[in-house]
Amino acid sequence: MIESGHGSSRGPVSSQRRGGRVDKLIDIKNVRHAYQTQDGRLPVLDGLDISVPEGGFVAVVGPSGCGKSTLTKLIAGLMKPDEGEVWLHGKRVTSPRSTVGMAFQNPVMLEWRTILKNVMLPLEIVASKMSRREQEERARYLLALVGLEGFEDKRPSELSGGMRQRASLCRALVHQPDVLILDEPFGALDAFTREDLWQTMHQVKAKEPFTCVLITHDLRESIFLADQVVVLSQRPARTQYVLDVPDTGPRDLDHLYTPEAAEMLNILRHQIEVAQGRAPAQPEADEVPEPPPGSTAQGMV
Amino acid sequence: MTPMAYVPTPLTSAKDAAAPHARSVASFLTSRAVVAPLAAVVVFLVLWELLVRVNGWPDYVMASPSDLPPAYADYWSLFLVMGWQTLWRTVVGLVLAVIVGVLIGMVMGFSRVMREALYPLLVGFNAIPKATVVPIVALMFVGAHDFNTVLIAFMISFFPIAVSVSIGLSTLEPEYRDILRSLGASQTTIFWKIALPKTLPEFFGALKVAVTLAFIGTNLMEIVSPHGRGLGALFDSGKTNSDYPLMFAVLIALAFLGIVLYYVVVALEKIFAGWAERSPT
Ligand SMILES: Nc1ncnc2c1ncn2[C@@H]1O[C@H](COP(=O)(O)OP(=O)(O)OP(=O)(O)O)[C@@H](O)[C@H]1O
Ligand SMILES: [Mg+2]
Repeated sequence: MIESGHGSSRGPVSSQRRGGRVDKLIDIKNVRHAYQTQDGRLPVLDGLDISVPEGGFVAVVGPSGCGKSTLTKLIAGLMKPDEGEVWLHGKRVTSPRSTVGMAFQNPVMLEWRTILKNVMLPLEIVASKMSRREQEERARYLLALVGLEGFEDKRPSELSGGMRQRASLCRALVHQPDVLILDEPFGALDAFTREDLWQTMHQVKAKEPFTCVLITHDLRESIFLADQVVVLSQRPARTQYVLDVPDTGPRDLDHLYTPEAAEMLNILRHQIEVAQGRAPAQPEADEVPEPPPGSTAQGMV
Repeated sequence: MTPMAYVPTPLTSAKDAAAPHARSVASFLTSRAVVAPLAAVVVFLVLWELLVRVNGWPDYVMASPSDLPPAYADYWSLFLVMGWQTLWRTVVGLVLAVIVGVLIGMVMGFSRVMREALYPLLVGFNAIPKATVVPIVALMFVGAHDFNTVLIAFMISFFPIAVSVSIGLSTLEPEYRDILRSLGASQTTIFWKIALPKTLPEFFGALKVAVTLAFIGTNLMEIVSPHGRGLGALFDSGKTNSDYPLMFAVLIALAFLGIVLYYVVVALEKIFAGWAERSPT
């Protein structure tokens, strides 16, 4: 069983910021972006609106190449949108900021460092009040949390892909970011490893306060991890559909085989097909079940 | 701490088997790594000696290993002085090549425009056989032996370094950069923490080539320059005096120096880029 509540142990350093819950910790307002390529302007995002409350977990799904990775770069401040605004924690994002943690599909590890030193890397960049001892304790705590206890002094090449992805997750979290951005972190893993990592994510989420945006291709992953799933349209991407995943308490893999989950997956699958232009936007009444009460459709054609 | 029933517990013990750090010197000296190459050298010398004896070659055709000890005994102090000169000029030339090569490599690695602009120039420069440049340089700065020799050693060896550094830097995956960039790290930080260490294996690969090239450059100049210095000049004087055992003795000394230089680079590589070595399993 997964314990989603508050664990008693919180690691050596726990975050103090916990006043009222911020409504829109991440606020993406009408963002448009285009790349300049040899063939001219390539519009990628076309008026995107997404907001995530503090502690929220939003999964973004959409057809391949629709602009999901671009979205993560805009949130992280690695790029500036052509139009529209990205706000984090009430401040407009114009450049990268240290309150963000990122992990990618490719869990890039610095081969010349041990796993522990890899995880500690962000602490060398971000001005931190932690002493070296505390930094190391924090890294060790996270590694243990994701099940990598005992591998601290190994080289990345000695770890499996799944283990490296776990370490990459620790690195994204080590400096206690407000915002965690995950770009298909489990995409390259086999199904069993992926499901293990989903459960690890729930573990971590129970102990670490962060607001998460997860890019994924896996619909089961999206409803298992997130409390809201955003479906993007074909490039240039707009928000096509938003599905609220009802909070049913602690989740385990069995939840993916309930009728409710099947229904949500059906809706999402249909929305992806619409996005890909393979299905009409208005389904025939008997083909797709009614959306569950929490879900809302936005910007439907 | 919550029990994590579904998190796979590591199957393999993460603790290393206790390293037998007290492996004795004696067992190292009798290990295959030492014995095999030594045996090869001995066999080689024996075959060489036999070849000369069987054919009855006089020492002006081919010196034999047994001619060498007398040659070394006669010119011992010269060998030390000349060997040192050859060594330091090669090393200075190489150090310059590393500095300039890394700088050019950085410029080309970070800027696509500079890479496109400089690459053909570099390739063209590298295509010129350096043996033809040696007499020109020797004439241009007549008498400046040290300068000439270092210059040639440098010119001949900076190219592989520049190319390897530029390729290493320009092929850095964007994710590597983004890990640090998303935290607001500066370009300099990214260079020191990621780009530079990531390039080290390529750099040392090139340095192994460069050290051999620099050594060739030094010797070319020493042989060609009139009244030169270094082992090359000693070789040249052996030629002038038809002292074949001396010439062969110089060859062996050069080989020895070359091996030393090469293994110094290998040792540096082990220290600074040993992580790139994968265990062959
Ligand atoms: N730096 C760039 N320059 C030009 N075009 C780019 C650049 N980065 C991405 N693109 C283009 O923008 C579009 C969206 O790219 P993006 O990586 O955001 O898609 P994605 O949704 O993450 O795709 P995937 O699901 O395959 O990861 C793609 O068509 C891609 O070719
Ligand atoms: Mg992507």
